[in-house]
Amino acid sequence: MTTQIPHEYGAHDARMPEPVDPNMINAPIPLATRLDLYRLQQQMRQFEKRAYDLFLQNLVKGTSHLSIGMEAIAAGVGQAMRADDYTFATYRGHAHTLARGVPMGPVLAELLGRSNGLLAGKGGSMHLTSVERGVMGSYAIIGAQLCIACGAAWSAQFRGTDQITVAFMGDGATNIGAFHEALNFAAVFKLPVVFVCENNLYMEYTSIFDVTAVEHPAADRASAYGLERILVDGNDADAVYMAAAPAIARARQGGGPSLIEATTYRHGGHSRADPGKYRPDGEVAAWLDRDPIPMYHQRLLTLGVSEADLDKVQRDVADEVEAATAFARAGAPPQAATALTDVWADGGSSWRN
Amino acid sequence: MAELTYREAIAYGIAQELRRDPTVFMFGEDIAGAGGVFKSTVGLLEEFGPKRVIDTPISEQAILGAAMGAAMTGLRPIAEIMFSDFLAVCWDMVVNEIAKVRYMTNGQVSVPLVIRTGNGGGSRFGAQHSQSVENWAMAVPGLKVVAPSTPADVVGLLAASVRDDNPVLFFEHKSLLATKGEVPSGELVDTLGTAKVVRHGKDCTIVALALMVPRAIAAAEVLAARGIEATVIDLRCLVPLDTQTILSSIGETGHLFTVEENPRLCGWGAEIVSIVAEECFWALDGPSIRITTPHVPLPSADVLEDAVIPNVQRIVDVVAKALDA
Repeated sequence: MTTQIPHEYGAHDARMPEPVDPNMINAPIPLATRLDLYRLQQQMRQFEKRAYDLFLQNLVKGTSHLSIGMEAIAAGVGQAMRADDYTFATYRGHAHTLARGVPMGPVLAELLGRSNGLLAGKGGSMHLTSVERGVMGSYAIIGAQLCIACGAAWSAQFRGTDQITVAFMGDGATNIGAFHEALNFAAVFKLPVVFVCENNLYMEYTSIFDVTAVEHPAADRASAYGLERILVDGNDADAVYMAAAPAIARARQGGGPSLIEATTYRHGGHSRADPGKYRPDGEVAAWLDRDPIPMYHQRLLTLGVSEADLDKVQRDVADEVEAATAFARAGAPPQAATALTDVWADGGSSWRN
Repeated sequence: MAELTYREAIAYGIAQELRRDPTVFMFGEDIAGAGGVFKSTVGLLEEFGPKRVIDTPISEQAILGAAMGAAMTGLRPIAEIMFSDFLAVCWDMVVNEIAKVRYMTNGQVSVPLVIRTGNGGGSRFGAQHSQSVENWAMAVPGLKVVAPSTPADVVGLLAASVRDDNPVLFFEHKSLLATKGEVPSGELVDTLGTAKVVRHGKDCTIVALALMVPRAIAAAEVLAARGIEATVIDLRCLVPLDTQTILSSIGETGHLFTVEENPRLCGWGAEIVSIVAEECFWALDGPSIRITTPHVPLPSADVLEDAVIPNVQRIVDVVAKALDA
């Protein structure tokens, strides 16, 4: 399954992480919220590690895109949202889905293509959706979700609710037309939407800096749509939360859209097929040292949380992952007849009389 | 009963739905203040206001993406893509997003939206503003495809489309905009997936859509003078497809002709010929024949455009030759 990328193809300068902002420990975030952020990141990390183990056992078919190393963004934004807000995620959407409280079992079962999966095996890893939790879908054509998110935001505005919509994207999405259409559209209609660009420095296998006219692919474009330039450390859940919360509040109060660029790094390749060899060695090592989760663990210790309490969170999450794995593995394969359901609103697939 | 143009029927039909259901709203390029580049949405902004009749930027992906997101969250948008040729700009939204989201989420979401679009040739607009692309839409699972030929059908089928819980591509033919017809008064709601037999004859069945319907009817009158009585079926919808009306007619006439404005390859008539061949082959008394635009982009000059889109004379010639009359 491995795809060999010529090393010189990615021969670019390493992009080293910025140091952690030492003031972020003083951010006005309640400790209970910080513990939630820690738990969320643990859930995302441990879930995806298990998903990866199951790939290696060939239990996950098809492809899958992990966000190991990027959890602070999904956690920080998700934590700042309200239960009735809308999330629009990408094909790299496991973490964004879990961030809204979707149970792990059905998500993992969906990766395994089982009938007890979140989508009964009809969507797979790239299309995770849980309407009851506000996850309005994960979309696998780059940038499309940004336009669709505008519609959900428009709908909330039209219906007079104060729901907001968050739309995630990767750095690569900033170079597709849909990004620019969505940003302008949202700005023109002052839509209650927060666009979050997870800049992990690579659009699939190519350095984003090699193919983008500006240094910061989202933040440097914000001014073109009359938006504030917001650039945050995507490997610090507190920094993400502190950027997301006011953007969400502004949207909720009718202040219009925001565009947040969060700098991060994926520890693995683009997808299951990618060993990520196009990345300079020193760069990977430096970013592994900036792993958001050990850093956050240390911060909580500094804030006075006991090692025992954090251990308990880790163990609880590990139990949750074990239970989810058992749930997923026990799921029956879908009945073939279900391939012919739900094309239409009547539940069927008939196109003629 | 009132006589309306096809153009007036569009605004009339939209207004009927906007009045009825407060979750219906419509948007597109130049549709509000200007009343539409084809003047088919005149008066709607004045009656329903800027919250429900909205001018958008030239952003087809954002228009259809927004329609989808709104439809997924409780509204019933009517989005206009000015020329159907422009659907190519936002085909991702139509094909990968709108058509598939219900299926891939295991039925968690509905997408009750209508995409209205100006379709078809005859306006001398050239290759990028004249195409008949209804067969593109027909090829995608999850989309309903409607193409009315009369003002009354515009109103009734538009109402049915807006009230349907599935995404509908609603093709308005540009060369029919000025044509007139009676529209019954009162609420008018038709049924998707029902073809109409618009002329009865025992000798052959001519199946047509949109602009090709009046041409097929005119051809049938000419053929009648030569002793051939044709049944003409206005298909009205490609999805759902009313095959029973066609199969039943073939059972009576034994001869099938399709008249299609789309270019030849994989046009909608190919599917109908295939169904007839599979399901009522022994009722046929001769080969099924497709009359289509040849497989070329549409030219601009009137002489050239008229030479390629099926016209009355060509329909008459093809049918008469096949029936040896």
